[in-house]
Amino acid sequence: MGTIEVRVWRGTAEGSYQSFAVPRRANQTVLDLVTYIQRTLDPTLAYRFACRVGMCGSCAMTVNGKPRWTCRTHVARLDGDVMTIEPLKNLPVVKDLVADLAPFFDKWAKAEGSFKPTAAPGSDFVVVKPDTAARVAADAGIECIGCAVCYSACDVAAWNPDYLGPAALNRAWTLQNDVRDGGKAARLSAVAGDAGCHACHTQQSCRAHCPKGLNPSAAIAGLKRAALGALLKGEL
Amino acid sequence: MRRTRFEVALWALQRASAAVLALCVTAHLATNIYAVQGGLSAAEILGRTRGSVGLALFYGLFVAAVAVHAPIGLRTVLRETLGWHGRATDAALAAFALFLAWFGWRAVAGLVA
Ligand code: SF4
Ligand code: SF4
Ligand code: FES
Repeated sequence: MGTIEVRVWRGTAEGSYQSFAVPRRANQTVLDLVTYIQRTLDPTLAYRFACRVGMCGSCAMTVNGKPRWTCRTHVARLDGDVMTIEPLKNLPVVKDLVADLAPFFDKWAKAEGSFKPTAAPGSDFVVVKPDTAARVAADAGIECIGCAVCYSACDVAAWNPDYLGPAALNRAWTLQNDVRDGGKAARLSAVAGDAGCHACHTQQSCRAHCPKGLNPSAAIAGLKRAALGALLKGEL
Repeated sequence: MRRTRFEVALWALQRASAAVLALCVTAHLATNIYAVQGGLSAAEILGRTRGSVGLALFYGLFVAAVAVHAPIGLRTVLRETLGWHGRATDAALAAFALFLAWFGWRAVAGLVA
């Protein structure tokens, strides 16, 4: 099956590419290439993964210029005999292929991206009807694995370092549509600030790259509408 | 939360002014293309625009929409390309809005007065 030349980023913000020849295998993923390099060719290569089945969101890297979940990206589906692998964009680099996700998750916290319970401990289960409009909207964004692929693909995140970004805003929108949540007013204020949902240009790079097929820009549009509604009602 | 209300209001104004501009630009271009079919001199144009209340209202609204829309868009451009934001930038943009409105309305006055 021959080999593939893999150009891998080495270093932090400063650094250079190092090329490795990796044998091709059937059903090989991009993560398999990186693992082969680290186990066989150069044990000092730093990268990150956990589940290898597209659930944990820790293996995302920039592959041939595009952010991807590497454990579920098949090498055979990418063209050419040369591949370039870099860390995710719009985030600091810890080392080699490891991006620092702290700023990404800090923004989830800033967007009030955590559930605020209203029910008292010990109270009965809340009935959530799956076919209500709010639940449909929440379900549309609920499968996010926090991989930061969308954030890495977002131009506004590159240009405006304060921008909360697609994933945090998507998360906020799922919670705004959760009937059990009690933090909606504070969350809406948090996401409607000067680097929140209104900074989004709606060009949908997030949607094009999200490996889970989510559409954060639709969630952001929902937040914009909700913020306008709250402003008009004097609730913001 | 004044700051948040300000941001949301700017966004709403940006959208509303865009809708007004879409109509105004279309009407402006259509009228111009129609009006110059036979060839018009400046004097002939002024002869038709002088004293027209409808024209004053239409272009007055057009200028207002421009004065609202352009500075808000520029605000985003400044933030994303130069990193400028905050009170001083907003004050400069407010001055730019007044500049656009003043010169725009002056031009309208020149047409109809
Ligand atoms: S649609 Fe908005 S959040 Fe998505 S990539 Fe574009 S600017 Fe970023
Ligand atoms: S929205 Fe999609 S791309 Fe963004 S973090 Fe969640 S799963 Fe990843
Ligand atoms: S390793 Fe868990 S999503 Fe890729």
